[in-house]
Amino acid sequence: MVPVFFAYFALVSIVAGVLTVALRNPVHCGIALLALLGHVAGLFVLLHAEFLAAVQIIIYAGAILILYLFVLMLLNLKTEERVLHRRHAWYIVGVSGVTVEFLLLLLASSYAGAKGEATAAAVEEVGNSTAIGILMFSEYLLPFEIVGVFLLGAIVGAIVLAKTPTQADLDPRL
Amino acid sequence: MVPISFYVAVSAILFVTGLVGVLVRRNFIIVLMSVEIMLNAANLNLVAFAHHLESLAGQIMALFVIAIAAGEAAVGLAIIIVVFRGKIATNVDQINLLKW
Repeated sequence: MVPVFFAYFALVSIVAGVLTVALRNPVHCGIALLALLGHVAGLFVLLHAEFLAAVQIIIYAGAILILYLFVLMLLNLKTEERVLHRRHAWYIVGVSGVTVEFLLLLLASSYAGAKGEATAAAVEEVGNSTAIGILMFSEYLLPFEIVGVFLLGAIVGAIVLAKTPTQADLDPRL
Repeated sequence: MVPISFYVAVSAILFVTGLVGVLVRRNFIIVLMSVEIMLNAANLNLVAFAHHLESLAGQIMALFVIAIAAGEAAVGLAIIIVVFRGKIATNVDQINLLKW
């Protein structure tokens, strides 16, 4: 059953990714991105990363994508006449050639490596979220705090950038 | 059991799709969406290797990547709003000055 689900999620996420890049109307691109995020979350479930799949749905599809759609509707963009950089369209040919080369390399690789301690049985015993939480708040505590400060900085930066300038801000003497 | 090379291949295809989007699209918002596709491809790679190598470090890194993506989206969209308020189009070709 897993290969069937993998094929479905992989195919739909690739098609949705291509549609996100190729569609003309920005709102349609946002909807295609939503399909991509949902199906990548499905791939996460197949990889036994259930907590990450939930986070992907809640934060990516629920928060980030809604932010994008809000800005799209706020700006009321019209569909563009010329979608692509005509000069740069040749990039597609070169990049696809390199990709095929890399795909052949990737599929032929052995992916050997030292195994860690979080075997499927060990994670199953406590549950995926618990295992991630214990690791996050012990070994990765410092990066976690740094990400918290980073998010605070991003929030303040976004508010300062998008604030409507008042008369005092525009006065060059102040 | 799906071999990890398939996941890595899907991730590579998604990453290239996002890269092409960044290079060829003209709309600033679509360019940011393409960056999100690339970040998702990186996440898929991290989680696939976390599963393959039986370590949770990859999943934790993927969580951090999601947090960074949220910050990037917030600041990027704020910049788009500022640029649009100045009556400049959201076309990346026309945004070629830092200050005027």
